[in-house]
Amino acid sequence: MLIKEFIQVLRDPRMKGVLFVMPVVQLVVFGYAVTTDVRNVRTAVYDLDNSVASRELISRFASTGYFNIVEYVGTEERTRELLDRGQAQIILRMNKGFEDDLRAGRTAQLQVLADGTDSNTAGIALNYSAKIVAEYSQSVLNSRAMRLLGPLREPGQVRLQTRAWFNENLESRNFYLPGVIAILVTLVTLLLTSMAVVREKEIGTMEQIMVTPIRPFEFILGKTVPFALISLVNVVLVTTVGVLWFDVPVRGSILRLLLATMLYLLTTLGVGLVISTISQTQQQAMMGTFFFHMPSMLLSGFMFPIANMPVVVQWLTYLNPMRYYLVIIRGIFLKGVGFSVLWPQLLALAAIGAVTLTLAARRFRKTLA
Amino acid sequence: MKPLRVRAIARKEFIQILRDPRSLGMAIAMPMLLLVLFGYALTLDVDRVPVVVWDQSESPASRELISRFAGSRYFSVKGYVQNYREVEQAIDSGATLMALVVPREFAQRVESARPAAVQLLVDGSDSNTATIAIGYAEGVVQTFSGDIGLRATQRLGVHPLSPPVEMRPRMWFNDDMESRNYIIPGLIPVIMMVIAALLTSLTIAREWERGTMEQLISTPIKGPELIFGKLVPYFAIGMFDVLLAVLMGEFVFHVPLRGSVLLLFVMAAIFLVGALSLGMVISIVAKNQLLANQLAMVLTFVPAFILSGLVYAISAMPLPIRLVTYLVPARYFIALLKGIYLKGVGLNVLASEAILLVIFAAAMVALANLKFRKKLV
Repeated sequence: MLIKEFIQVLRDPRMKGVLFVMPVVQLVVFGYAVTTDVRNVRTAVYDLDNSVASRELISRFASTGYFNIVEYVGTEERTRELLDRGQAQIILRMNKGFEDDLRAGRTAQLQVLADGTDSNTAGIALNYSAKIVAEYSQSVLNSRAMRLLGPLREPGQVRLQTRAWFNENLESRNFYLPGVIAILVTLVTLLLTSMAVVREKEIGTMEQIMVTPIRPFEFILGKTVPFALISLVNVVLVTTVGVLWFDVPVRGSILRLLLATMLYLLTTLGVGLVISTISQTQQQAMMGTFFFHMPSMLLSGFMFPIANMPVVVQWLTYLNPMRYYLVIIRGIFLKGVGFSVLWPQLLALAAIGAVTLTLAARRFRKTLA
Repeated sequence: MKPLRVRAIARKEFIQILRDPRSLGMAIAMPMLLLVLFGYALTLDVDRVPVVVWDQSESPASRELISRFAGSRYFSVKGYVQNYREVEQAIDSGATLMALVVPREFAQRVESARPAAVQLLVDGSDSNTATIAIGYAEGVVQTFSGDIGLRATQRLGVHPLSPPVEMRPRMWFNDDMESRNYIIPGLIPVIMMVIAALLTSLTIAREWERGTMEQLISTPIKGPELIFGKLVPYFAIGMFDVLLAVLMGEFVFHVPLRGSVLLLFVMAAIFLVGALSLGMVISIVAKNQLLANQLAMVLTFVPAFILSGLVYAISAMPLPIRLVTYLVPARYFIALLKGIYLKGVGLNVLASEAILLVIFAAAMVALANLKFRKKLV
């Protein structure tokens, strides 16, 4: 059974390409794409004051690397045009009299207009802007206070020193890449298994198999083991490329990663089989797979943090095997923790795997009987 | 092209679809499910970040700083720790995202107007949330610092200075900063892409696999007629899904639609033709459903999410990847929809995206027709 399945799946050279080459290609492409770091925000400057003070503030923005000044505009219409066309995401605007206000001790204003169509980037960019303005403001305060109090009395400030653990440079790629690995592996496994049993039904070879002395247990094993092996190879392949190409740190033990992956594969195989047994055609199996996979991908914590979801939805994610796998895979990659910390997730995966596999086996016995 | 034959194929396909109510049900339920998920559950906005506090100073000054964190909607103080090991444990296990450490000399330094530092240890693995949370934390500390400075100068008898420079932020197009307002218009193309690929990628491969293709080939039907006939019912389902999504956006989520509705539907129709034809191409080339399935996924599903600009900004990607995104049709449709929904602009601004979408659709239709051969091989 095993051998037959292997032969069937690997007969088509295109299939081999899709199964092994595609995930690696996808990993490379997505690895470069998945970043939410905000850098080089397209900024336009509308400086009506054009004084030493205004220019200094602008240069502070430009020197950070977060803002990329694309144009110095002269009219209000042009700012609107840039925003409409998406050519600028931020507009910095200072009215005439900025420096005068500053000199006279009045509060000078910097207007920051942000393109809200990408509110994530806009929000972060506004955050950076506020910081830059606050620092500039503080330095003006300092120089004024020093003039009043004498150079020896520098007013104290409270400053925040931040240290990031596990991902010191806060590279968002290091966060997303293990997730991409998880997704690619899941997809391949789910699809292969969900189509596996149904295909026989649809093509008509099921009757032939039922005539043989094979038992339901052996049948399921024969169907799933090849896919499990293929997926395992996939994981190794994708992880190796991920680590070598993108320098994603792997702080934990690779062995533990493989063990945890095997457990996770058990659950995806279980789910795939269940879908397979309740579908009558391959189209239904495919639809069913997507119906399960899309929400499970979105609710797994891959892109959107679970902690930000409404409480009801958070409860739902406890049923999602991918959620646990992501905690494990990120824990091993980035934090270097071991099973002593991750055992709740492993337990959950084992439970889900057991439930789905028994369900699949029971349903399958009914169809054969 | 004989419309009679096209109609016959369309009817056959319709009947086949109706005979499989489960797939049809899922094709309609899935967009709704996704919209609900994205609308209510999924957000990149950050608040209630868990923080633990290690207060080594235990003075009025430190307590005031901590209370500012506790009072902010962005933070949720989960507990107080007494040593470094507890901090480590909390962050390692994921119980907290950050730890605020106030050093012992904090109060003395603040009293004597000397610079004081407070440490923030952050779990950097979720860098997106971490960056945003750090930004908020810096804001809280900066405000605190400013207030201390003001009090100090007041005590010295100097006239209180208002901050020299102030920032006035304004958000255009999305005044209430609801991430939902920009995610929903971006989501519609992604959903359509997936549905379209799901629906059509199996249709021709299925005929090959079941053996009914030979029967079709022996009829006088021509290739383009077969393809067109098969497209019609799926196009109808797709447009229905678009309508459903737009209605949900309007009445359930109250996403403002500032531009032209007509333009929206025309662009949706063009996009659908392209996406459905892409599915057809996959189906024709693959010849068996398993392969078609895998290809459809690789070429439509995951790229639609990751490369289309929905979640990950295309402008932040390196150049070669940005070029790849030009091949992802969802990218154009997302730009178009965001423009129509949020900015209220028309074709004059969106011309280039619209043209690219038309080119994509035309290319896919042509490809499907080219690839299909009425042969028994």
